[in-house]
Amino acid sequence: MEGIKDPQSSYLSIKNLWKSFGSFTALKDVSLDIKEGEFVCFLGPSGCGKTTLLRAIAGLDLQTSGAVVQGGKDISNFPASERDYGIVFQSYALFPNLTIEKNIAFGLENTGRSKNEINERVSELLDLIGLPDQGPKYPAQLSGGQQQRIALARAIASGPGLLLLDEPLSALDAKVRVYLRHEIKSLQQKLGVTTVMVTHDQEEALSMADRIVVMNEGKVEQIGTPNEVYCKPETLFVADFIGEMTQFRGTITGKSLVKIGNIELNTVEHRFAQGREVSITIRPEDIIPLGAKLPAKSGKNVFSAQLVEMEFLGSFWRCKLKSDEFPEALVTADFSVNAVRRLSIEPNQILWIELPSESILAFDFQAA
Amino acid sequence: MNSANIDNTVVRPKGLVKARLSRDDIIMRGGMIVIALYLVISLVFPLYSMFSKSFSTFQYDLSKFEVQVSDDAGQFSPEITSLQNLNEGLKAIPDEELSTGSGGRLGVTIFFPDFSFRSPVMYRIRNVDGQGRFLVGSTLMTGTDWQELDSNTFRRVQLRPVRSTGLSNFINYFSTPALFKSIQNSIFIAIISTIITVILAFWFAYALNRSCMRFKGFFRLIAMAPILVPSLLPGIALVYLFGAQGVIKGLLFGASIYGPIGIIIGSVFFTFPHAFLIISTALAISDARLYEAAISLKASPWKTFWTVTIPGARYGIISAAFVVFNLVITDFGLPKVIGGQFNVLAVDIYKQVIGQQNFEMGAVVSVVLIIPAILAFAIDRVVQSKQVALLTARSVPFNPKPSSRADLIFTIYCGLVGLFIIGMLGICQFAALIKFWPYDLSLSLNNYQFDKMDGGGWGAYYNSIKMALLTALIGTCVIFFGAYLVEKSSGFKTGRAIFQMFAMLPMAIPGMVLGLAYIFFFNNPENPLHIVYGTMAILVICTVTHFYTVSHLTAVTALKQMDSEFESVSASLKQPTFKLFSRVTVPVCLPAILDIAIYLFVNAMTTVSAVVFLYSTKTSLASIAVLNMDDAGDIAPAAAMGMMIFYTNIIARIIHLLISKGVLSRTQAWRNSG
Repeated sequence: MEGIKDPQSSYLSIKNLWKSFGSFTALKDVSLDIKEGEFVCFLGPSGCGKTTLLRAIAGLDLQTSGAVVQGGKDISNFPASERDYGIVFQSYALFPNLTIEKNIAFGLENTGRSKNEINERVSELLDLIGLPDQGPKYPAQLSGGQQQRIALARAIASGPGLLLLDEPLSALDAKVRVYLRHEIKSLQQKLGVTTVMVTHDQEEALSMADRIVVMNEGKVEQIGTPNEVYCKPETLFVADFIGEMTQFRGTITGKSLVKIGNIELNTVEHRFAQGREVSITIRPEDIIPLGAKLPAKSGKNVFSAQLVEMEFLGSFWRCKLKSDEFPEALVTADFSVNAVRRLSIEPNQILWIELPSESILAFDFQAA
Repeated sequence: MNSANIDNTVVRPKGLVKARLSRDDIIMRGGMIVIALYLVISLVFPLYSMFSKSFSTFQYDLSKFEVQVSDDAGQFSPEITSLQNLNEGLKAIPDEELSTGSGGRLGVTIFFPDFSFRSPVMYRIRNVDGQGRFLVGSTLMTGTDWQELDSNTFRRVQLRPVRSTGLSNFINYFSTPALFKSIQNSIFIAIISTIITVILAFWFAYALNRSCMRFKGFFRLIAMAPILVPSLLPGIALVYLFGAQGVIKGLLFGASIYGPIGIIIGSVFFTFPHAFLIISTALAISDARLYEAAISLKASPWKTFWTVTIPGARYGIISAAFVVFNLVITDFGLPKVIGGQFNVLAVDIYKQVIGQQNFEMGAVVSVVLIIPAILAFAIDRVVQSKQVALLTARSVPFNPKPSSRADLIFTIYCGLVGLFIIGMLGICQFAALIKFWPYDLSLSLNNYQFDKMDGGGWGAYYNSIKMALLTALIGTCVIFFGAYLVEKSSGFKTGRAIFQMFAMLPMAIPGMVLGLAYIFFFNNPENPLHIVYGTMAILVICTVTHFYTVSHLTAVTALKQMDSEFESVSASLKQPTFKLFSRVTVPVCLPAILDIAIYLFVNAMTTVSAVVFLYSTKTSLASIAVLNMDDAGDIAPAAAMGMMIFYTNIIARIIHLLISKGVLSRTQAWRNSG
């Protein structure tokens, strides 16, 4: 997917945002565009600036410099109360002494709506989030997941143009989290509201987002669809942060050739010059097990390796392979339960494997 | 290309974004400035006045005055002489007596040994420059023109001193052994009282937290009782117990209760609840797992006590020690009643100001008293911040196991301490109801006819209630609102830091010092706020400020427990912050708000130190009446009034409890619904 060039189609634009806290710079020249109705995730490790960016968009912690444009209006220096968004925090931030109904109605009051209209809207929202009978209860009487849905209902009650979610699922149990992912995603699609979610959980980002903004140390590393950031990472950081991978140190020897240890590997076409030192990555699930004997018809990048470690992880086996060809690192490979059974793979055996050239990526060299 | 920026070149940001403040931001900052201004006027300015007073010295500068004397026929000789020349010849006034206070006046006839007010001799006197000032009768002469006066008028000429700044007040103080000795005395009684109180309170708290003895609730109530009476009252109780006609004076084997013994026993009484509360909190949070580990390692109870119990509670013990030290060294009421000839700093301030009208020296003693008070306060703050860190640790609550022997010993111990507290209060109530101690022990209510005594009568009692209610009402509003603004507003970091500092300051300032500082600031006729001097308003302002810090910390603690994102959510929902404040913040913090109110009420009822300088005949207070009646020798009525304060505070506490349980059960329904 190409970056958004046409400003007409962009609902929220971040332009050259900087944010410093004293001598620490939390955001370094961040720019991005979000289209109307899009679900965008800010993904990155803690301290990467994703929450700072969200709070700048919300007007809760103003950026040091740079512009935020929402719906064609420059809101860079607007106080939070004059911007158009609803927000959900990790802590739910439900008012503990108000009932669920009153919590949801909080933002509907003083907006020219009659009492009846407010009540109708509240029960409509309660239906929407699937908690129709919980209105008279207090937040403490609901489970964490239910409370977060109430917080969501409160945030969208007055129909804001933008929904901001700050790690909304991080405080919840694993199962509830997975369930709420779908809930939030389908609600967002139903309402068509432009949504920005901050998360450090890559699975969450991959499953929910239309596009992911991967951030590191205050900078945007890559913006792309979940598929793009997973399969075509643009930087070593993105490749490393999203999913698993094994990393080698190599030297470029051709247009799609790289030398690792004693052997040459075929890779995807890369941008590096001859002789350049690079980091080479491959994901565990891309490695193909060929069996104890070398099949008669085999492709490029085929080696034998000793299986030094096998760990059963339910749907697959995580294996560590050691090869004389590149002695400096163990290769991590995920073999399906099916393949292990079919090829009767056992610990410590010598195994032929193939590293498909299209899944071998090259990046600027960085020590692992 | 999807990525926005991969290159690492750092470009400095251009065009800084300046926040546009919302209406709520402006209101909140405005509110914070108003309350900060209140603290500046009620605390910073008065303290500044006091400090500058302590460095002000007043002297008669004789070289600034020139005189001419006529012969009997009224003919002036051309000779002009300064008073300084005259004094050098006559030695009429030694140099050291030229120092005086701000109100000093010096007659001039002393320089003329031949002076007679009937003589026909005429006198001329003038200032050399604008510096010298003198009075003719009550008219102040500041000009440099000659004043020609007959001898009868010249008799009424008085010189006024010149103000200068310097350390001479302090030099004077430290070279007067009678004053200097007080420092030693104050520190001595503070240290001894601290050691005794902390040990007694530790074992009391230990018994209540770590044993299975019975009547724990009862003992807890008893332990808190001394907080409800002014510190004067234990002094009065001791007079009845050990004084010249004391019931059990034999126990002292001839020693006098008037002096260090009395002050120490009384101090233990009135500081006991403070030490008990702090140590009890520290003991309540100890971790059961450490005790299980000690048992499994076969450690003796003695060793366990010293390696687990004491280290776990050490911050509480240290904190309690400094709080008690501070309370004792700054207390005025108790040594005033029972101190006898044993001088302490707080009473010195009172004596200098009320007895000798020497305000500068009062200010000097205040500065001296502030030093240990601030030190104790600062150390306590550091220690308490460490205690908080301990609280957050994940630990398993300790459940004591019954042990008939230990439980019995603890019950007896607590019984003895309880007897001491009840005995002190009981003897006061008993004495108050006796016709004429110790000769006519029949019961009577004569001692309650306060209107027949000095000190303000029943009016003083009603004034006290009015003052305490106003303090609780106004103080709670100001303090909670101030804490909310400083805790929940965004940005404005420097302003908030300064506000926090102001809010912490009152705790380090002894009441006597605050009261004296108020005289200097508010009794200055050039100050437009002079109008509040002598009114109920200044008593309320002073008391709110005096007890600001603890209330502020209570409010801040409650506010910190609220989700910090409420304000963000409210802003995103486009609702005014005031709505959030009234519909969520105040209801959720209501228990803390009520605690602040009762704390202010009780302290306003019992305080003596700050208000003793500030009351007027119309605004005398019950606690002041106790002091004045005791001073006048009406000890039984003083005890009666002291007990009235006690009962009033008990009623206030019961009302507080009913409100907490009744009203709160409705507004706080959400708490129990988890």
